[in-house]
Amino acid sequence: MTDPATLFGLCAAALVGLGVYALIVNPQPLRKIIAFNVVGNGVFVLFGAIAHRGAGAGWGGDPVPQALLITGLVVAFSATALAVTVLLRLFDETGSATLASDVPAKPDAAGDA
Amino acid sequence: MSLVDLFTVVAVGAGGFFFLAGSVGLLRFPDALTRLHALTKADNLGLGLVVLGLLPRVDGVLGGLKLIAIWLLALLASGAASQLIARVARRANPPA
Amino acid sequence: MIDALNAVLALLVLGLAVWTVVARSTFAAAVGFVAYGMLLTLAWVQLQSVDVALTEGAIGGGLTGAMLIAAASRLRGTEAAARAERPGLPIRLAAALVAACVAAALAIAVVSLPDPAPTLAYETADNLAATGVGNPLTGVLLAFRAMDTLLEAIVVLFAMIGVWSLAPDRAWGGRPGRVQRADPDGILAYLARVLPPIGIVVAVYIFWIGADLPGGKFQGASILAAMWLLAVMAGLADAPPVSRKWIRFALIGGPVVFMAIGAAGVVTAGAFLAYPDGLAKPLIKVIEWALLPSLALTLALILAGAPERPVR
Repeated sequence: MTDPATLFGLCAAALVGLGVYALIVNPQPLRKIIAFNVVGNGVFVLFGAIAHRGAGAGWGGDPVPQALLITGLVVAFSATALAVTVLLRLFDETGSATLASDVPAKPDAAGDA
Repeated sequence: MSLVDLFTVVAVGAGGFFFLAGSVGLLRFPDALTRLHALTKADNLGLGLVVLGLLPRVDGVLGGLKLIAIWLLALLASGAASQLIARVARRANPPA
Repeated sequence: MIDALNAVLALLVLGLAVWTVVARSTFAAAVGFVAYGMLLTLAWVQLQSVDVALTEGAIGGGLTGAMLIAAASRLRGTEAAARAERPGLPIRLAAALVAACVAAALAIAVVSLPDPAPTLAYETADNLAATGVGNPLTGVLLAFRAMDTLLEAIVVLFAMIGVWSLAPDRAWGGRPGRVQRADPDGILAYLARVLPPIGIVVAVYIFWIGADLPGGKFQGASILAAMWLLAVMAGLADAPPVSRKWIRFALIGGPVVFMAIGAAGVVTAGAFLAYPDGLAKPLIKVIEWALLPSLALTLALILAGAPERPVR
C-alpha cells in the first residue's frame, strides 16, 4: 500500500463503483451526469496510476498515457456539455427533467422544434 | 532541522490552524453571513501564513513573487465571491 | 510521510464522491463535484502528472463544475418530482451489487498489474530530441500522437455544434444564454475588470511554457475562455450571435491549419502529420498558435450554451 500507484488505483476502483451505483439509482438526470463524470474521473485516475508505474527516463510517469489522459479529460468535458445542454432543452420543452417516457409536452411549446 | 525548516513548519502549521478555525466557524456559526465572515478572514490569513512559510524554500525571486501573486489572487477571488454570496444570502433572508 | 498524505488525499476524494452520490439536493452534489475535481488535481500532482493536474483543475473541475452548477440552479424546480421517482430497495440492492462487482474487478486488476510495468518512457526519451520540445507530453501530443490531438480538437468543435443545434427555432443562430445584468459599480463588475488582464497573461504564459515545462494549449485556452465568460457574466461583454461569420472562421481556423500541415506532411515527409526533419519545432509552434484561439472560443461557446435570444 505504500506505492501511490496502487493506492490511487484502488481509490479509482472504488470511485468507479460509487459512480456506477449513483448512475443506476439516482432518478434525476443531472445526478446521472454527475455520476457519469465520477466514473470517468475514476477511470482517468486508474490510467494515471498505470502511467505512474511506467516511470522511467528521468520522468515521474510514462508520458504517452498521460497525454491520452489530457485528451480524455477534454473529450469527457465535451460529452458532459452536450448531455447537460440536451437536458436543459428537455426541461425547456416539457417543464420537467425526467427520463420517464410518458410526460406530455408543455401546451405552449408548440412552434418550437 | 535547520532554522529555515523550523520556520517553514511553524508558519505552515499556523496556517493550517487558521484553516481549521475557519472550518470550525463554518460548522458552528448560525447563519450564512457569519459563516462567510469566518471562512474568508481565517482562510485568507491561513493561506498567507502558508505562503510565508513556503517563501524561504523557493529558488529565486521569481518563484517567491509567483507565490505572493497566488496569495493576492486568492484574496481577490475569495473576497469577491463572499461578497456575492452575502448579497444573495441577504436577499434571501432580509434582516428583520 | 508522503504515504500519509496520499492516504488522506485518497480518503478525502472517496468521501467527496460519496457526498455527490448521497447529497439530497442536486445543487449540493454539483458543488461537491467541483471540490472533488480540485482534490483530484492534488492527486494528479502526487502521481507526478502536473500537466494532467493543470487540465483537471481547469477543465475537469473548473469548466465542468461551472456548467453543472449553472444547470443545477436552473433545474432547481424539478427536485421534488425527481425525488418521487427514487427506486425501491430491491433495485438499490441490485445496483449496489453491480457496483461492488465492478469495483472488485477493477481492484483485482490493479493489484495484479504486471511487474515490471511496461512503459514507453524510454522510447519517448530517445525520440524527443528530434521534435525540439522539452516537455515530453507536448512532444507526445503534437508529434508522436498528433492524430489524437487533431481528432480531439475536431470532437470539441462537434460538441459545440451539437450544443448550437439544440437551439429552439425562434432563437436559431442567436445569442447564447440569457442577458446578464450586474451592478456596474458592484464587486462582480470590478472583478471582471481586474481579473481578465491577469488571467490573459497567465493563460499565455501557461501556453508558452508548455513547450518545455508543464503547461500547454488546453490549459491556456480554458483560462482564456474563463476570463471571457467572467466578462460576460458581469455584463461587460455579451455573447455574440452564433451566426456571425467571424465566429465560424475563428472556430475552424485551428483545425484547418492542423489538417493542412498534416496533409503537407504526406507530400514532404511521407505520412499524414509527419514533420520533415528539422522543421518539427516551428511546425508545432504554428499548430499551437493556431489552435489556441480556436480552442478558447470553442470552450467558451460550449459553456455559454445553446442560443436562446433570437438575432434581430
